[in-house]
Amino acid sequence: MAVVDVQISGFDNGRDPARATGYTEAPPRMGFFTDTSVCIGCKACEVACKEWNQVPEDGLVFTGMSYDNTQGLGADTWRHVAFIEQSRPMGAQITTPAQVADGSQPSDMAAGGGDPVRWLMASDVCKHCTEAACLDVCPTGALIRTEFGTVVVQEDVCNGCGYCVSACPYGVIDQRQGDGRMWKCTLCYDRLQVGAEPACAKSCPTDSIQFGPLDELRARADERLAQLHDSGMSEARLYGHDPGDGVGGDGAFFLLLDEPEVYGLPPDPTVTTRDLAQMWRRVGVAALALAGGVAAAFAATPGRAAGTGTGLGAGLGAGLGAGLGARLGAGLGAGLGMRSVGR
Amino acid sequence: MSIANLPWPVLRQLTGSDRTGRGAAARSRRTGELLPRTYTADKVVKSICPYCGVGCGQNVYVKDDKVIQIEGDPDSPVSRGRLCPKGAASLQLTTGSSREHHVLYRRPHGTEWERIPLDTALDMVAQRVIETRRETWQWNSEDGKRVRRTLGIASLGGATLDNEENYLIKKLFTALGVIQVENQARLCHSSTVAGLGTSFGRGGATTCLQDLQNADCILIEGSNFAEAHPVGFQWVMEAKARGATIIHVDPRYTRTSAVSDVHVPLRAGSDVAFLGGIINHVLSNDAWFHDYVLAYTNASTIVRDDFADTEDLDGVFSGLSEDEREYDTDGWQYKGMEMQSAAGERDKQYEEKQGSGREAAGGSEARGDGGRPRGRGAGHSHAGRSESHGSGGAVIHGEPQTDPTLQHPRCVMQILKRHFSRYTPEMVEQVCGVPRELFELVCRTLVRNSGRERTSAFAYAVGWTQHSNGSQMIRTASILQLLLGNIGRPGGGIQALRGHASIQGSTDIPTLFNLLPGYLPMPHAHEHEDLDAYVQGESADQGFWGDMKAYMVSLLKAYWGADATAENGYRFDYLPRLTGSHSTYETVMAQLDGVCKGYFLLGQNPAVGSANGRMQRLAMAELDWLVVRDFSLIESATWWKDGPEIESGELRTEDIATEVFFFPAAAHTEKSGSFTNTNRMLQWHWTAVEPQGDARSDLWFMYHLGRRIRTRLDGSTDERDQPVLKLTWDYPVQGSLDEPKAQAVLAEINGWDAEGRPLAAYDQLNGDGSTSCGCWIYCGVYADGVNQAARRKPGKEQNWLGPEWCWAWPANRRILYNRASADPDGKPWSERKALVWWDRDEAQWSGHDIPDFEKPKSPHYRPPAGATGADAISGTDPFIMQGDGKGWLYVPAGLIDGPLPTHYEPQESPVANPLYRQQRSPVRQVYSRDHNRYQPSGNEPGAEVFPYVATTYRLTEHFTAGGMSRWTPYLSELQPEFFCEVSPQLAKERGLVHGDWATIITARSAIEARVLVTERMKPLRVAGRTLHQIGMPFHWGSSGLSTGDSANDLIAITLDPNVHIQEDKAFAADIQPGRRPIGRARRDLVESYCRRAGITEQTGMEVH
Repeated sequence: MAVVDVQISGFDNGRDPARATGYTEAPPRMGFFTDTSVCIGCKACEVACKEWNQVPEDGLVFTGMSYDNTQGLGADTWRHVAFIEQSRPMGAQITTPAQVADGSQPSDMAAGGGDPVRWLMASDVCKHCTEAACLDVCPTGALIRTEFGTVVVQEDVCNGCGYCVSACPYGVIDQRQGDGRMWKCTLCYDRLQVGAEPACAKSCPTDSIQFGPLDELRARADERLAQLHDSGMSEARLYGHDPGDGVGGDGAFFLLLDEPEVYGLPPDPTVTTRDLAQMWRRVGVAALALAGGVAAAFAATPGRAAGTGTGLGAGLGAGLGAGLGARLGAGLGAGLGMRSVGR
Repeated sequence: MSIANLPWPVLRQLTGSDRTGRGAAARSRRTGELLPRTYTADKVVKSICPYCGVGCGQNVYVKDDKVIQIEGDPDSPVSRGRLCPKGAASLQLTTGSSREHHVLYRRPHGTEWERIPLDTALDMVAQRVIETRRETWQWNSEDGKRVRRTLGIASLGGATLDNEENYLIKKLFTALGVIQVENQARLCHSSTVAGLGTSFGRGGATTCLQDLQNADCILIEGSNFAEAHPVGFQWVMEAKARGATIIHVDPRYTRTSAVSDVHVPLRAGSDVAFLGGIINHVLSNDAWFHDYVLAYTNASTIVRDDFADTEDLDGVFSGLSEDEREYDTDGWQYKGMEMQSAAGERDKQYEEKQGSGREAAGGSEARGDGGRPRGRGAGHSHAGRSESHGSGGAVIHGEPQTDPTLQHPRCVMQILKRHFSRYTPEMVEQVCGVPRELFELVCRTLVRNSGRERTSAFAYAVGWTQHSNGSQMIRTASILQLLLGNIGRPGGGIQALRGHASIQGSTDIPTLFNLLPGYLPMPHAHEHEDLDAYVQGESADQGFWGDMKAYMVSLLKAYWGADATAENGYRFDYLPRLTGSHSTYETVMAQLDGVCKGYFLLGQNPAVGSANGRMQRLAMAELDWLVVRDFSLIESATWWKDGPEIESGELRTEDIATEVFFFPAAAHTEKSGSFTNTNRMLQWHWTAVEPQGDARSDLWFMYHLGRRIRTRLDGSTDERDQPVLKLTWDYPVQGSLDEPKAQAVLAEINGWDAEGRPLAAYDQLNGDGSTSCGCWIYCGVYADGVNQAARRKPGKEQNWLGPEWCWAWPANRRILYNRASADPDGKPWSERKALVWWDRDEAQWSGHDIPDFEKPKSPHYRPPAGATGADAISGTDPFIMQGDGKGWLYVPAGLIDGPLPTHYEPQESPVANPLYRQQRSPVRQVYSRDHNRYQPSGNEPGAEVFPYVATTYRLTEHFTAGGMSRWTPYLSELQPEFFCEVSPQLAKERGLVHGDWATIITARSAIEARVLVTERMKPLRVAGRTLHQIGMPFHWGSSGLSTGDSANDLIAITLDPNVHIQEDKAFAADIQPGRRPIGRARRDLVESYCRRAGITEQTGMEVH
């Protein structure tokens, strides 16, 4: 048995989540860097993902939301390209006469040129959080951290309970109608086994979706950001790349050209299970106190001993969960022998 | 037992390294064993994407004889493993449940399909062909000239098919005397062949996609590059990353504009004015590349004294006959030369040479009821010949007079300066609606990025080609690129973006009425014409077109083999003859008129994809029989059952006598063959699996149809049947389906010598019958008996041109005219832009590309007096297919609507031409007849009824007429409904509500679309008023998963006289909120508009 080197109560920021979950010889953490400044909105990623993962078509609905008829990530959409039309310039891009600085007098028509426009496109995907709440709340062990540091649903384990849906700070994971189970991007876990890149990244015509070791991607993203800033695209920013953020940084992060909300992304995502450990500790204390009180009360009332056992069992389970920060407690409670929601 | 294998996860959690229970401990057995399904594939088959013309490499993974995955091939130097959504959906396209796998038959007046056996159906079709051919056979034309043909049968489609399939289609139909053979190339890029061909000598893109990365500036106009060719667009992004400036000029702000540096909105159809303005800027600011222009173009050549320009004649050139609606082009030619003109004119000279005089106006067979086809080409026998410049420019004889000082008032440079002097920034504002600031920015950017050290590239597509002056739009770009010195150089050139997998191939090996393989013209009907007279009439003295007889005789040998001998003129007489234009649009009219009775649709959906869809469907309802070969039941197969005219009550299923055969087609994964992509590159794809059910390749269909026809005709002594019976038609077959071997067809295309040895290059071809070659420009693709199109040396292991990846015509050269990348002495203009150069030590041309020049010909070679053929091309002439070796700023012969481009308004325009009194091209082809009435234009009364400019286009998510996308769930869900795009201002003006419905109306139809109100559509200031534009993708029809009205139903048939391409990129329309009426009320609405606009048979038919 390998040396256990796990910090039980959560991960250090930036720490390799694969090693933290028992992959002692884990490969480098892999992820996506989606550079939306070169996205042409072709949606090859959406289709390549569906073809590879055999994700069903999910509705022929005209939305009127620019060219976005997919609407968002879900059980049957693991890559989603958002289209945002804005009346403002795209960096140094010129679309109106007023933006041309040639020192000459503006023509009569210059005023009629209208406002500048820009069209943002961005391919969204599961973020594969460093601190993944979906993983924390999954009572069945269906959601796991992989050796690549990614988060996947094991379709043979998932029972469709849906805890993960409300836990995801990005609203990514979703239940498939008629199937009942939860589905989301696996970062093509199967392909990664043989060193192949995920289907979306492979198809991307302009390399807007880049796949690779997260460290390399982060370095590349910093470089790209600096380049864009130098070229006057001051609105460019990275999203999800910071290990210090509320989810410990994302395994799939982005270069955006506007506020995250514009793309439908939460501005300050936080792992929804952040306070659970503390909550469980308090629950444990309360339960023990309650159990103590009940025991004391029953001690004074002979013939009702069965109730005492129940109270102790609950207290023990919760206490273990809180104390060990592992899944054992809740897992026992759920009767599946794994997992807790503690951190 | 290791920890990982402990059966109970909790034990693993407690005893293993994963105390969190969230990782290693929680893995199920299935997770632990997970592998990609491709990992266990039995084989990986190399293939090519079947959608657009980029030609992305694909890897097809096969397991248990099933295709389990299709992905990009990382080895391809063009696509580098990437695919767009369509390419990525090819698995669903080829293996999805939307494909039909049974032969279906609709009997005359039948209301439903019936299943019949494939064998029976094929026999029935063979019998129909023979019968219709016999009934409609013509030995002679009305005026007594031998034509040896039938107009009773037509065929449409080929751009989605393999070269080998196109070859068999053309070969069999030609032997049968069927001349109305057409494909998507007519509708998409025929004007490219005329525009580029007359300018440079070849009608294909001058460069390859990968080379765009070397550009310092890329001007994208007439193309929505990122949306229509996403994977090719990676090279634009690559150039941008290297610092290039990307300019997008387009009526709409599209996904291409979104990542460009500059977007210039302009009025659809005004591109000649915009580009002409840049030409004027370049000339008047002395910003042209002097050394290049002087050495490599015809700038110094002197034009005949009787030539008069549009500047002199208020918008028309000299030689216009208003009655005939045609130009006498003789006066446009070079001074003091015995001119051999090209296109129709070349043929005319044949008549003069033969002393038989001019032909009377022919083509009556295709003529409408009371709507006489008007304009050059339609009514005359010399139509469509400009496309013969696909490889070989227009022909000239003699030495032109030149003035190297460029001061002679009649030299091309001076004519050019005068001609474009009117195209001022103010005029560009007036015509295009482009503010001066943006226009001048484009001028400055292009000039700054051209010259010795820098190069700019142009990319265009059908936004330029599909106009009544489409050829001239491309000409304008060609002139500009010559003046800037950007042709033949790395990062330069003109990329004509092709939209079908093999639309370049279906032009090279043409399923086009006016061409034989390799751009040899189909012969026209003349008195006593034989092979020698044809060659004499068509060939050149100088340049590589001088060897035309060798190409022609070798083709005849490929068709008729041993039976073609010198004594019988190599069976030249077996070729059917043209008597006018027989383009797909004339065919539609011939169907309505009952002349054309049988129709093959081979992977094309004209009910949705051709102009005036209603007329297409009504024409099909007049047919005796129709054969549709496709993947699914497209609109062209089911119009008799569920078409818009059934809904409106105009047609009743029970009344329609047309017999319809549906044959399911094999997909690209189910057959071997080659596609020719937009780089002129032939890329082989291999059979991955056998087609299922009744699905068969078109190679199989044509071969076995031909076999059955020959069996039925066997023993016939009728002279009419001899071309069919003597045709070489003995291809080896393989497999349980008796599939012909595509490689054997490719070998025939490549050609062989008298001993049957494969030829290596077209200069080995002879005119004495000792060689056979099915397409001379493809000679070399099977050199050494090796399928060169199947070469797959990874792009990463080669230079950016990828010379050992597949094979490009001509002679595997990747950048055409690359001699021009070096100065007249043979040295690169600059080290930064070096491509090929003269190597003094080796005494030959050398470099990164295969020289598009005779390798040992020194830069200092000068042709001796009287030199002919290639010997007449000097060591400084890069445009070797041109008779004078020059790039043509001015086209003295080869175009029939003008030697220089002039801005004319579209046939239907709400704008009066601000440039000249002449509103429209005087020689445009117009056909006023029932179902095809024209609207008033400009200042004419009634024009205000159709106040908006409308245009059509593609979306990334769909493919052409939808046959390969609207039945594909993954694509349909991305763009599920037909919509129109309008500006907020237009929405306000007409009360259109975002997301709601609008009805768009023209004189042809009224259609409904969902409304997208978007700031990306900008109102323009044109000729002093605000002008709104309406954008509509054209992909939809009434069938499939995603349905909607067809934008093409709105469009009239108006054609470019050079090549018969339809004008669908700019027309006038009205738009109203709400859904269109249904039933009879739909026609009533259209008719009420026609009445309000005062439309009659004469409307829009004016010469002016």
